[in-house]
Amino acid sequence: MSAGQVLQLIFSGLTTGSIYSLIALAAVLTYASTGVLNLALGEFVAWGALAAVSAQSAGLPLWACAAAACAACAVLGVAVERAAVRPVAGAPPLVPIITTLGASISLRGLALIVWGTHPYALPPFTGGGPLLVGGAALPRQGVWVMAAAALVFVLLAAFFKFTRAGMALRACMLSRTGARLVGISPYTALTWAFAGSGVLGALAGVTVAPLTLATYDMGFILGIKGLVAAIAGGMHSAGGAVLGGLALGLLEAFAAGTISSGLKDAIALSALIALLLVKPQGIFGTSSRKM
Amino acid sequence: MRCLKEWPVKAVPAAVLLAVPLVWGNNYILGVMVTVAIFAVAAAGLSVLMNLAGQVSFGHAAFMGLGGYAAAVLAVNYGWPPLLALAAAPLLPALAAGLVGRPVLKLREFYLVLATLAFGTLVHLLFNECRAVTGGPSGLSGIPALKVFGFVLSSEREFYCLTWGVALAVLAACRNLRRSPVGRALSAVHESEEAADACGIDTASLKLKTFVFSAALAGLAGGLYAFYISFVSPSPFGFHASVQLVLMAVLGGSAAWGPVAGAAAVIFLSEFLRWAAPLVLPGAGAECQIVVYGTALVIITIWKNSGVWGRVLCRLPAGKGGKEYAAGSARPL
Repeated sequence: MSAGQVLQLIFSGLTTGSIYSLIALAAVLTYASTGVLNLALGEFVAWGALAAVSAQSAGLPLWACAAAACAACAVLGVAVERAAVRPVAGAPPLVPIITTLGASISLRGLALIVWGTHPYALPPFTGGGPLLVGGAALPRQGVWVMAAAALVFVLLAAFFKFTRAGMALRACMLSRTGARLVGISPYTALTWAFAGSGVLGALAGVTVAPLTLATYDMGFILGIKGLVAAIAGGMHSAGGAVLGGLALGLLEAFAAGTISSGLKDAIALSALIALLLVKPQGIFGTSSRKM
Repeated sequence: MRCLKEWPVKAVPAAVLLAVPLVWGNNYILGVMVTVAIFAVAAAGLSVLMNLAGQVSFGHAAFMGLGGYAAAVLAVNYGWPPLLALAAAPLLPALAAGLVGRPVLKLREFYLVLATLAFGTLVHLLFNECRAVTGGPSGLSGIPALKVFGFVLSSEREFYCLTWGVALAVLAACRNLRRSPVGRALSAVHESEEAADACGIDTASLKLKTFVFSAALAGLAGGLYAFYISFVSPSPFGFHASVQLVLMAVLGGSAAWGPVAGAAAVIFLSEFLRWAAPLVLPGAGAECQIVVYGTALVIITIWKNSGVWGRVLCRLPAGKGGKEYAAGSARPL
């Protein structure tokens, strides 16, 4: 394999990896602050992409489409939280998993009713041919995807570290009872975490749609891969989620390039099983945290 | 169960109920009831795993598929007698469960959900990709008719008798398991693994055995399904089917008749939707079914968790009291 081919695989791995990172960040946002594993996350991605496509066909400029998709998915996130998560708040952790899974099935069916099975294309954010670097081609949309993941990571890390709301969410993660004692409502935290993960999911959907086409059923496998990345990152850290996403993207790209592209998803799933068995606290996680 | 104590009181109405489709049913009704029986077998295994041992599996359709494919490949490619192929169907999923079970069952809660979900999706992918054995997405056809001691099962009526016979035997076995020392040990594992360990129960091996048992039952159901449809393809054994099985187990609860009640509720609902959806929305098809499934899963889980469901079910022959669910929901967030 020539250096150019290797570089090509690295580019495509980093591009898909950035998408996984974005979804993983959304998973970390809800899990780290509320302890809820949101299995409907992938549907936010699909709905974000499809909503952007609809907004675009209504004649809105692309930035407005992205904003509309993010707003729509924030509402969707809150709707899922109100309908499926809040009623079972305080139940054993398995219960919200099943309810968010049910919500994801319903959302997928609704997307099928609204948009049908047809795949939709969204134009790339900026025109022009792919960038040529060292004998490998990087589509301009790939740069956008990576930039979006990097921006979201920085903003989220800053949000958790410096803002009052971010610190409140972190307090909920460390001890819900303690957070309540100092006047932080875990229910408000739940709402904001779901709205935020809706926005992040939509962002992932809008940036990936020009690369892969938007379909009603794109969410399931993207959501799973985002969770794989988040688990690899230890479920609690934004940096871990990003690294996990990039690692998964690179692993997939090299597996598809050297073994078989049909088994790409199988490799991600095997990686998940292997990871859970060997190091359930995540590659970058510490075992001292509550699992 | 406490509502109706005596055996004959339950057995006689059940026998009458089961005889009704045999006498008056047409092929459609018999076909639906055969499907209920097949899924009840798989749901019974999953119910032991979920409701008794407190573990969860979102990949049980994969075990059903492994059983179905094992029976189909043995009967079609290797020319095994159908009954022998059916009897061998549970072995492959049991073996698979034995291999993945020990490490996977160390996981708890959402890690277990994700691992079983990943396993199920992986096996489903392999059904599609291993074309040489499974025939890929187009599946394996030409599965011979089931022959039981020289008697060929061809009509719906004969399949009805066979599948319900198997289902009742499985239900009885699961009921006995529940009341045996093993069943009580499993309840202890459900309550607290640490406490069960402290009582001298080998929790790891017990969980593994339960997982293998439930996978074998799913495989038996898959084998019955393969012979009933006489065709296997990957699509009925995907994630959606796993969710359906979980829904059946959750709906049915831990009563002896639970798996049948759960399977009947889910399958009647999907048949009803297939009939009713086009009336409400012209041209509507599978998508409405998916929406209603998802919503049903959410509503039922919330109800069960709030204890309402438990109190309702306690009045019926199926289900257990709502006390423990109510206690679960009383914990602060």
